[in-house]
Amino acid sequence: MKVSLHVNGKTEEVDVADSSTPLLYVLRDNLKLRGPRFGCGLGQCGACMVHIDGRATFSCVLPVTAVGDRKVTTLEGLMEGGKPNKLQQAFIDEEAAQCGYCISGMVMQAQALLNKTPNPTDEEIRRHMEPNLCRCGTHVAIMRAIKRAAVA
Amino acid sequence: MNLHLKPSRRDILKGTGALVVAFSLTPPSEALAFVGDAALGKPVTLDQVDTFLAIDDKGMVTLYSGKVDLGTGIRIGLQQIVAEELDVPLANVDTIEGDTALTPDQGPTYGSLSIQAGGMQIRQAAATARSALLDQAAQRLGVAKEELTVSDGVITAKSGAGKVAYAELIGGKNFMLKVDPAAPAKNPADYKIVGKPTARRDIPEKLTGKFTYMQDFRVPGMLHGSVVRPPAIGATLQSVDESSVKDIPGIVKVIRDGNFLAVVTETEWAAVRAAREIKTTWSKSETLPDQAKLWEHVRSTRIVKDDVTSNVGDTAAAMAAGGKTIKATYDFAIHTHGSIGPSCAIAEFKDGKLTCWSASQATHNLRKQLAMMMKMQDADVRCIYVDGAGCYGRNGHEDAAADATLLAKIMDKPVRVQWSRADEHGWDPKGPPTLIDLRANIDASGNVTAWESEFFIPQGAAGMVDLVAATLSDRPVVGKLAPGGIVNDSAIGYKFPNIKTVCHRLETTPFRPSWIRTPGRMQNTFANESFLDEIAASLKADPLELRVKYTDPADKRGLEVLDRLAKVAKWEKRASPRKDIKGNVVTGRGVSYVKYELVRTYVGLVADVEVDRTSGDVRVKKVYVVHDCGQIINPNGVRAQIEGNVIQTVSRALKEEIMFDRGMVTSLDWASYPILRFSELPELVIELIDRPTEKPWGAGEPTAALVSCAISNAIFDATGARVRSVPFKPEKVKAAIQSI
Repeated sequence: MKVSLHVNGKTEEVDVADSSTPLLYVLRDNLKLRGPRFGCGLGQCGACMVHIDGRATFSCVLPVTAVGDRKVTTLEGLMEGGKPNKLQQAFIDEEAAQCGYCISGMVMQAQALLNKTPNPTDEEIRRHMEPNLCRCGTHVAIMRAIKRAAVA
Repeated sequence: MNLHLKPSRRDILKGTGALVVAFSLTPPSEALAFVGDAALGKPVTLDQVDTFLAIDDKGMVTLYSGKVDLGTGIRIGLQQIVAEELDVPLANVDTIEGDTALTPDQGPTYGSLSIQAGGMQIRQAAATARSALLDQAAQRLGVAKEELTVSDGVITAKSGAGKVAYAELIGGKNFMLKVDPAAPAKNPADYKIVGKPTARRDIPEKLTGKFTYMQDFRVPGMLHGSVVRPPAIGATLQSVDESSVKDIPGIVKVIRDGNFLAVVTETEWAAVRAAREIKTTWSKSETLPDQAKLWEHVRSTRIVKDDVTSNVGDTAAAMAAGGKTIKATYDFAIHTHGSIGPSCAIAEFKDGKLTCWSASQATHNLRKQLAMMMKMQDADVRCIYVDGAGCYGRNGHEDAAADATLLAKIMDKPVRVQWSRADEHGWDPKGPPTLIDLRANIDASGNVTAWESEFFIPQGAAGMVDLVAATLSDRPVVGKLAPGGIVNDSAIGYKFPNIKTVCHRLETTPFRPSWIRTPGRMQNTFANESFLDEIAASLKADPLELRVKYTDPADKRGLEVLDRLAKVAKWEKRASPRKDIKGNVVTGRGVSYVKYELVRTYVGLVADVEVDRTSGDVRVKKVYVVHDCGQIINPNGVRAQIEGNVIQTVSRALKEEIMFDRGMVTSLDWASYPILRFSELPELVIELIDRPTEKPWGAGEPTAALVSCAISNAIFDATGARVRSVPFKPEKVKAAIQSI
C-alpha cells in the first residue's frame, strides 16, 4: 500500500507491504534515515524517538498508517542549512556521546523540551529526559550539552 | 604496480579493501612476497610494521588496529599515539579496525587493555617506522640521523641540508620491517598530541545521522532473519506450524535445523512479526535453580578446583591465636550487558568463503568460532568489525553473527539478523552470580592480623563463549565456560601479616557466563572493600585512614591517590556509622580504593548517599573519583570512561538483577530489568592524575570496581546497616535497617 508522509519538511510517498509496519522501519528502510534507531520495539528506551507535530514520540510502536497528516521530524530534520542545529552542536561540543546509539533519541527528547522551555532548570531537564535510556553512562555529558544549548 | 590504494571505510565495509603494495625500504625481491590482494598479502602478524601502519603517496597514514572502538573513544586515542610518534598531523591518520583480513589479532577489545597493551604495540611499530624513515632520509640527504627533525610528516636537516617528506620515502610502499622493541619512542616531554584533550571524529556523525552502525549496514540482495528462541533453556522443538506465518507480507522461509528455528523475510518488520507470531511447541525444560535459593545453589555447586590467589603467612595460626574474628558473606547478582542496540550481524557466503560483519569486540576469535561451527578453515572466514551499540563485554554480537552465518549458508544469500530486545536480555551471556565469604582477625591492640576470603565463582577464564546457534543446531562448540578473568582482585594489596584468598571454581553456573565490564574485579572488590569497612567500623577507625595504614608505604602513587581523594571529597576523619543519625532521610559517605588487579591503575572513590529509612530507597548524590592511569593519552576519553564507569555501576549496584524462573530469564525488557534514569544521576567530581613519563594503563574498567562498595559503605555510614548484597534494592536496605 502507498502511504504519504510528511518527513523533515518533505512529502514522501512510500510503499509499505504491511500496514502494521511501525514508522521506525519506514523511516530507516524506505527513507534511509539513520537518526531513529531500533532499541527495544516496546517504547521503553527512546532510541527511536522522532517528533510528531513537535512532540517527542516513540516511532517503534507507532504504525506508519497512524501518522496521517502530522509532521514527522527526525534527527536529520533538525539540521539547519546542512549544519547541526544549536542543540546538536552543543552535544558535539560537549562530546555527549559514547557509543551514541541512544543519542538521536536524546537529542529529539531534549529538543522538544527546549522548544517549550528554552531555559530549563536541572530538575526540569532530568524530569523531561526520564524516558530515555543510556547504557554507556553519558547522562552527565548529555545534561551539560542541554544546558549549553539552553544558554547559548 | 606500486599502488597502495588507501581503502575507504566504504570499501572496507564492502569487504574489499587495501590492495597492492610493492617496492619498499628493502630489496624488491623480498617486497614481491607481499604483492597482491591485501586479504592474501598484507601482513597481519604482530612482528611487522606493515601490519600496523601504511603511509600513502600523499603522506596519509592508515593505522590497522586489532583493538576496536566500542564507543569508548579508543580510536582517537590510538590515532593520537600514531600521530605523535610519527610526527604527522592527527588529521592525517585514519584507522581500519577489527578486520581479520587486514588487521592484527591484538586480542579481544576487553580488560581495559586497548591503550595499555594494544596502543603500546602500535606505538612501537610507529617508533620503528619513524626510525627507519629517518635512516632513509639521513642517507638521502647525506647528513647524520641525529641532525634530522620531523614535523608534519616532513623530515628536515637542522643544518639546512634539505628536507624530504615521508610520502616521498615510503608513499604507497611497504616498510618490510620487523617491529623493533628497541626503537626509541619519543620523549614524553616533546609530546604535542598525546596527553592533550582531543575531540573524537565519530561524534559529529553520530549527532547528525551520518554514522554507519552495524544496525545500519546493508549488503545488496540481503534478506532479514530472526531466530525463534526456545521458551526455556534446553527445550526441544516439537512442532512448527509454518502456516501460522504464511500470510505475513514479505515472508520467505521458515528454517528449522535441530532446535534452531528461524524465519527469513524480505523486510525487517516481517522478520519481527514472523518470529513473534509463529506457532510452535517445545518440550518443557527446567535447568535453572530456584531463584529464591540462588545462593544456596551456588554454595552447593561442585567445586572443580581451588585457585589460591594469595597466601601470605599463616592465617589459620593467626585466627587461632586469639583476638576478635569478624565474618561476613557477600553476594552479587547476575547481570546482563544491556546494550541499548540489540546485537546485529550480516553474513554472506561467496565461493565457499564466509564474510561476516559484526560489532564483535573480538573478530579474530569470532572467525575461529564461526569456522568451527561451519566446519570451515579459519582462512576461509573473514570477520569485519562495524561499530555497534556499546557492548561492555561479550554480549550477543557473536551469537547474532552465528545466527546470520547459519541462515546465510542455508539461504545461499546474505542474511542480516537483528536481535530483539527479548533476545538480548534473554540470550546474551550473563555476568555470573558471585558469592564471597570473608573473615578477619583483629588483635587486642587493634591490628588486623589475618584476612581470609573464599570466592564461589564459575570455572574458566576469558576465551570463547559458545555460540547459541551452534548449540541449538547441534554443531561443534568449544564447550568450556568462559566467564572472563574473574579471579582478578580476589587477592588484596593491603599489607596484613597473614592473608589467604581462595577462588572455589564451580563446575557450572545457572546461565552461560561471560565478561561484563570489570568482570570479577567488580564483584570481588565489592566484597573486599566493603569488608574492610566492616573492619574499620569494628575498630572504630576512620575507613580512609585504615586504608592508608595498610597500604605499602613504598607505594607512593597509591598513597597520593588516597591523600588527594581525602582533599577533593573534603573527607572528615571519623568512624562509621555517623553519630547523628536521625529523621527519615539520612545521609552518609563511603570510601573505596583499588590498585587494579594489584598491578595497574590506581583509583580512589567516595560516594555520598541519601537513604530513606522507611522505604529503603537509596540515592547516590555525589561521587568523587581520583584516578591515576599513568600517562594519559586523551583526558577527554579518560574522563568520559570514568563518568560511564560510575553511572553504569551505580545502576548495576542499586537496581540490576536478572530475574528467572526454572526455565528461562523472565526480565526480558527494560521494565523488568530497570537501569538508572536521569532523575537518579549522581553529581560527579573527577580528578585525573596525569603521569606523562609513566606507562599508560587502562581506564575503561577500574573505576567500576569501586562503586558498589563505596555505596554499601555509605549506606552503613548513614544508617548503621550493612547491605552485603548487590543490587541494593529498597526491600533489602529496609530489611537491613530493621534488623539493626
